[in-house]
Amino acid sequence: MSILRGVVRRPRRPWRLAAEASALLIAVVVAFPLYWMVLSAFKPAGEIESTEPRPWTLSPSLDSFRRVLGQQEFGRYFLNSLVVAGTVVIVSALVAFLAATAVTRFRFRFRTTLLIMFLVAQMVPVEALTIPLFFLMRDLGQLNTLGSLILPHIAFSLPFAIWMLRGFVKAVPEALEEAAYIDGASRARFLWRILFPLVFPGLVATSVFSFISAWNDFLFAKSFIISDTSQSTLPMALLVFYKPDEPDWGGVMAASTVMTIPVLIFFVLVQRRLVSGLGGAVKD
Amino acid sequence: MTHDALAERAARAPVTKAAPRRPGRRGGPPARSRRTGSRWTPWLYLVPALAVLGGLLVYPIYQLGLISFLEYTQAQVSGGEPTTFQGFGNYATLFADDQFWQVLLATVLFAAACVLATLAAGCALAVLLTRVRAVPRLALMLAALGAWATPAVTGSTVWLFLFDPDFGPVNRVLGFGDHSWTYGRLSAFALVLLEVVWCSFPFVMVTVYAGIRAVPGEVLEAAALDGASQWRIWRSVLAPMLRPILVVVTIQSVIWDFKVFTQIYVMTNGGGIAGQNLVLNVYAYQKAFAASQYSLGSAIGVVMLVLLLAVTLVYLRLLRRQGEEL
Repeated sequence: MSILRGVVRRPRRPWRLAAEASALLIAVVVAFPLYWMVLSAFKPAGEIESTEPRPWTLSPSLDSFRRVLGQQEFGRYFLNSLVVAGTVVIVSALVAFLAATAVTRFRFRFRTTLLIMFLVAQMVPVEALTIPLFFLMRDLGQLNTLGSLILPHIAFSLPFAIWMLRGFVKAVPEALEEAAYIDGASRARFLWRILFPLVFPGLVATSVFSFISAWNDFLFAKSFIISDTSQSTLPMALLVFYKPDEPDWGGVMAASTVMTIPVLIFFVLVQRRLVSGLGGAVKD
Repeated sequence: MTHDALAERAARAPVTKAAPRRPGRRGGPPARSRRTGSRWTPWLYLVPALAVLGGLLVYPIYQLGLISFLEYTQAQVSGGEPTTFQGFGNYATLFADDQFWQVLLATVLFAAACVLATLAAGCALAVLLTRVRAVPRLALMLAALGAWATPAVTGSTVWLFLFDPDFGPVNRVLGFGDHSWTYGRLSAFALVLLEVVWCSFPFVMVTVYAGIRAVPGEVLEAAALDGASQWRIWRSVLAPMLRPILVVVTIQSVIWDFKVFTQIYVMTNGGGIAGQNLVLNVYAYQKAFAASQYSLGSAIGVVMLVLLLAVTLVYLRLLRRQGEEL
């Protein structure tokens, strides 16, 4: 960072202070919706539905959380969401790892064609495919099961994951591979014992995107889980509390808080790798 | 590790890209491919990916196209009536419908507004990040990561609550009384736009910030010594050097914003009063799953697919022009 700082004339003091003040102000504005969400989740019922909303509460209560966790098998939905997101993350990471290795460490016919196809596949609006996927899931007997959410999300997170992993796989020196073979390692041994651990940080960065797309999924959950609510996921459960005419705001905010926290934790854990991973994906 | 170190490491790459390519580095095939038996190995590695993509992406696209040419309503789904081939009949119906053109126009304008606002906010804040010391920078980064991580459904409900006419703090602070934001067409779109920008500017900000960090100091120093203003430095030095990154974030934003579904569906309760806030995605969903007009919904899906494919082709051309090697 010293590069920029030392070289560009440092903005004069009042300007820098103004910049810092506006940065802090913007940070507050950006964080405010999340603050309000958590705050409202802890407010007692009377304070939420008050025409004089205050940005604090003097009597925090867990009522909303109790209502959310007690109602509608919320724990079950939470678990369903975890199963869907977890399976998608693991399967797509493994499949993408193999494919990324193929397209970066080998030269073969149609390699460039495949890469362009992976790029184009990223652009396909998955939402437009809801209708054929609905019939496909029906024919596979997967409607109303978690499989109908897992399968499409694996497919949709793959192209981006492959694209992003290429940079990480490429970064592993070829000399290492040669050395492994000279030492008598088999191809599979090199792949899983040497390459896989080295690429693992990249896999983590990639998994953020598949985790989020699966965890946040609303459209497929709404379209494919139609009659068996025990297979619902969190986004649908949240909307149970949100009825347009008479929304239970405390419940909605508590459910939103519960749904957002795992993603936040995941983000904080992997954010460093995320930023460097993005750099790699954007570059390559 | 601080954000700076990260971002710096992340972004070093685009600059090396701009540097002249060393000859021979990418030229010949790696030695491995000369090893016997390796000809099929890459395909072996690709089998799972190709199987998944073929079954769950390529086949559904084919099906989408097929259904859009058939008569396919509840009667055909339940097997009561045979499916009949309609040719371009569904498209003719669609294109003759005024509502379709309205929705298409609304989608394009809404997506364009979202993209512009997201890029403007993301780039401006990325520049701001380079001007401030560690504490304000960390605060802004963390706030942005929080917004980024928020699921679309929860983001939508929280923003609705913030702007709620009865209990929301925004109307109180601005003194709007019980003005309903979701009642009018434009104000409902504006509210959704705010939420979309809120959750999508962090991607642009982080990526562009990483790019700025990687610009070599000498270049900026030279510009500053020549007396260039801050704006001039941004326009004539930084923006051209950041072009590859700006292309990527622009295209990604176009794609994301063009197919916004959750925000519109949740915030305007399925497309607004009398469908005034429909965008193509929600329109297709309503046609197919609410009205059982699966073939019309598929035709809308095909229109979206074609439009986004056109954007992708532009993207590929831009990449080509930059001499990017795949």
